[in-house]
Amino acid sequence: MGVRYIGAEVQRMEDPRLITGHGRYVDDITLEGMLHAAFLRASHAHAKIRAIDTSRAAALPGVHRVFTHVDLGPQYSHRMNQLYPAPVIEQDRTQYPLAKDEVCYVGEAVAVVVADSRAIAEDAVALIDVDYEVLPAVVNVMTALDDGAPLAHADMNSNLMGRMRSQFGDIEDAFAKADHVFSAAFMQHRGGCHSMETRGCIGRDDPWGDGLTLWTSAQSPYLIRRALGKWLDEPEERVRVIAPDVGGGFGPKAGFYPEEIVIPLVARFMERPVKWIEDRREHFMSTTTQRDQHWDLEVACTSEGKILGLRGKITHENGAFVPYGILLPNSSLTPLPGAYSIPAIDVGVDIVFTNTVPNSPVRGAGRPNGIYAVERMIQTVSRELGIAPDEVRRRNYVRPDQMPYETGATLRGGVPCVYDSGNYEALLDKVLELADYNDFPARQAAARAEGRYLGIGISSCIEDTGMGPYEGTTVRVEASGKVAVRTGAASQGQGHHTMIAMIVAEQVGVSPEDILFESADTAKFSHGVGTIGSRVAANVGPSAFDAATQVREKALKLAAEVLEASEADLDIEDGVVRVNGAPDLSITLGELAVQLSPPSAMRVPAGFDPLLEATSFDGSSGSPIACGSNVAEVEVDPATGEVRVLRYSVAHDCGVMINPIVVKGQIEGGVVHGIGNALFERMIYDDQGQPLTTNYGEYLLPLASEMPRIDITHMETPSPLNSLGVKGAGEGGTIPAAAAVVAAIENALEDFGVEIDYYPVDPQYLTELIDKGAAEAAE
Amino acid sequence: MADTRDITLTVNGESHTATAETRTSLGDFLRHTIGLTGTHMGCEHGVCGACTVLLDGEAVRSCLMLAVQANGHEVTTIEGLANADGTLSPLQEAFWEHHGLQCGFCTPGMLTSLTAFLRDHPDADEKEIREAISGNICRCTGYQGIVNAALDAAKTMQEG
Repeated sequence: MGVRYIGAEVQRMEDPRLITGHGRYVDDITLEGMLHAAFLRASHAHAKIRAIDTSRAAALPGVHRVFTHVDLGPQYSHRMNQLYPAPVIEQDRTQYPLAKDEVCYVGEAVAVVVADSRAIAEDAVALIDVDYEVLPAVVNVMTALDDGAPLAHADMNSNLMGRMRSQFGDIEDAFAKADHVFSAAFMQHRGGCHSMETRGCIGRDDPWGDGLTLWTSAQSPYLIRRALGKWLDEPEERVRVIAPDVGGGFGPKAGFYPEEIVIPLVARFMERPVKWIEDRREHFMSTTTQRDQHWDLEVACTSEGKILGLRGKITHENGAFVPYGILLPNSSLTPLPGAYSIPAIDVGVDIVFTNTVPNSPVRGAGRPNGIYAVERMIQTVSRELGIAPDEVRRRNYVRPDQMPYETGATLRGGVPCVYDSGNYEALLDKVLELADYNDFPARQAAARAEGRYLGIGISSCIEDTGMGPYEGTTVRVEASGKVAVRTGAASQGQGHHTMIAMIVAEQVGVSPEDILFESADTAKFSHGVGTIGSRVAANVGPSAFDAATQVREKALKLAAEVLEASEADLDIEDGVVRVNGAPDLSITLGELAVQLSPPSAMRVPAGFDPLLEATSFDGSSGSPIACGSNVAEVEVDPATGEVRVLRYSVAHDCGVMINPIVVKGQIEGGVVHGIGNALFERMIYDDQGQPLTTNYGEYLLPLASEMPRIDITHMETPSPLNSLGVKGAGEGGTIPAAAAVVAAIENALEDFGVEIDYYPVDPQYLTELIDKGAAEAAE
Repeated sequence: MADTRDITLTVNGESHTATAETRTSLGDFLRHTIGLTGTHMGCEHGVCGACTVLLDGEAVRSCLMLAVQANGHEVTTIEGLANADGTLSPLQEAFWEHHGLQCGFCTPGMLTSLTAFLRDHPDADEKEIREAISGNICRCTGYQGIVNAALDAAKTMQEG
């Protein structure tokens, strides 16, 4: 065996391009004859369109054409596809690529201008006159199902999209025999993706050549190809979708957007390539977000703090349309019961339409919500029974000897949720040590003596990763000796190139620099699924490993014939097959590849297929369950409500780490996203459905100056569900973070009896709670 | 007709003369007129910092500055940060070594901002570095790899 790469801290292959300014993001691509588009978007949350007058816009010099719904023609007058149909969707509603006669959220695309430049297109957008009849808008998810509430769509009879429920164990018995029942209700708010690169795409139609090509900043190019082909009623094989360098995704780039229909379509009409790049204001208004979810829960437990059951109701804000099925409410339910052995659960979800931008998963999808809910109930039990938070957790964790542990919940796809491996209590011990948890009371007392309020909070989580079906890889040794590796998996910065190159290089016996990597282009690999739900490492990792193993075996078999040696005596190092003990006998991988791709009239050696190549779709046989425990230490200024995270500690187990540098980066970035959710990120609409936070002065993202150093320690419990023992790592930082921070704030403010029922915990909200607590204490 | 001016500016040591609309930002001019796409437009309202370039050595937001204002000035973009012989600068090397980037979109602004800051503050500590990049938003890294890279680069440059 040659050099080992799996587990090594290999510097990324992606970086030299990106640190010298030579990335190729969608807005960096310029095509011959390319025109530029800008969209007119709905300025009302809910309105009928009486008429649209585009004449002034069309007359502006430099404008080529203006399109509204009717201008796309009768062939293209239907609503978008439902990507994920599900029986629980009682009222399904997708949007028209350009609004037809009703707009249902501010930011919905109404018309598009195609012009010589983006600036001219924007000028023209301002000249389009729309005659709206404004309708009442429904904005508050908590009152949207009330009798007489305004309807999100004029032709619906209620705002209920559908209902779901996660139900297992004997819930009645659990509550009947409980020593205590405690309840808690809280709102969770998650913001948008806010990838630093906005969305954007270029369409080009070449009916006599390559067909329709769409370059788009996206996480799931194959899903877009299929949806676009289906919407156009054309063979998807004539549609090519390419995700070039993508500047972050975080969930909202995983779907299929109106612009990804309109731009290729107008390129077809104009017979010229057309580019559209979303600006940041459009990103706030038109890119899907996650937003509000209300939980109302009861927990049944013994006097010792052992949890017997959990029941309650979730009210989930869906936004105006259903672009993404029920993935978000579903992934909110499936993490219940978290890291704990809870025998009975009965939690239902009402999924509710509002006149706001449609919802989709943001980093972690519903998992941060589900874990936050479980962790809040653990905190509630701890507080009510006076048992330390770490101790309540210890008494409830799923233990290693219970694994594989079937929770009773059902994952997306209908399969049971099974915790495959891990040691949750050991992870807790590790993080408590890392955080100097046992010394915290001394730190807290010392600070209090100075009038400073410190608090500490724990959060534990599980994360179902690596959902199927697969993410395939082709590995081929080329005549040059370079190894071409192709996969459908799209990267938005996760370092797939490096990870896959390491696996293939180790297995084939070359250097990672010898890998020629291509991905996320539907013309380059037969099929891919998408980069969502921390699924790539646990799917493409095994397929790359398997394909590389097959190529290695084929190379060794051929080399044994050529060198007249036994396969067992051969090894491959640095691209050369050598005979052990006979250093002069060797052949390069490139020479072997030539033997399998000979010129005319020559033969491929008997017993061999052409090409030194293999394709594999090996993946994970279930969802590997990653896990983590986090500790946040905060300081709160009771006078201003300012919260500073002083320390943040993570113990994480994502199985075997292929590249620890990359895993560390995923966790650090994920934690900061979670801290942003806990403290800063709030997408606000007024009661008319007007978005009030549409720039980074109004919507706060975590900044370097506000963020703590994050300390990380790992356990590596190999998953038995795939050949590499890996579990996903992309979201495990985000999922537990808000619960840890919120618990820490409450701990800091115990003197004031503060109980937080909303995040992000902004200073205004927190000072209200502190004032209320102080007033009650004074009475 | 659009209001335009002919302007001449030096970008990464090379002189460029071109016609610019008076309303065109420096960032758009660099990207679309000169064709240097390494500078990225992230928010176009001066908060995210992805578009930061060096104007006569000082870090400025190229989305908040008009191209015509750069007439007669020297601009350095990410494409001009490497050493004269093409090798990576110590800061670029450190970003690579310390996983200071993931998607790479904020990277041009991080590198230009820190190039100017570390030149002026070679002894900067972690807190000062975090303050220095508080006008540059990164959604991927959580900033830790960037801060580690900057600290390491400062050390390398001092030993230099």
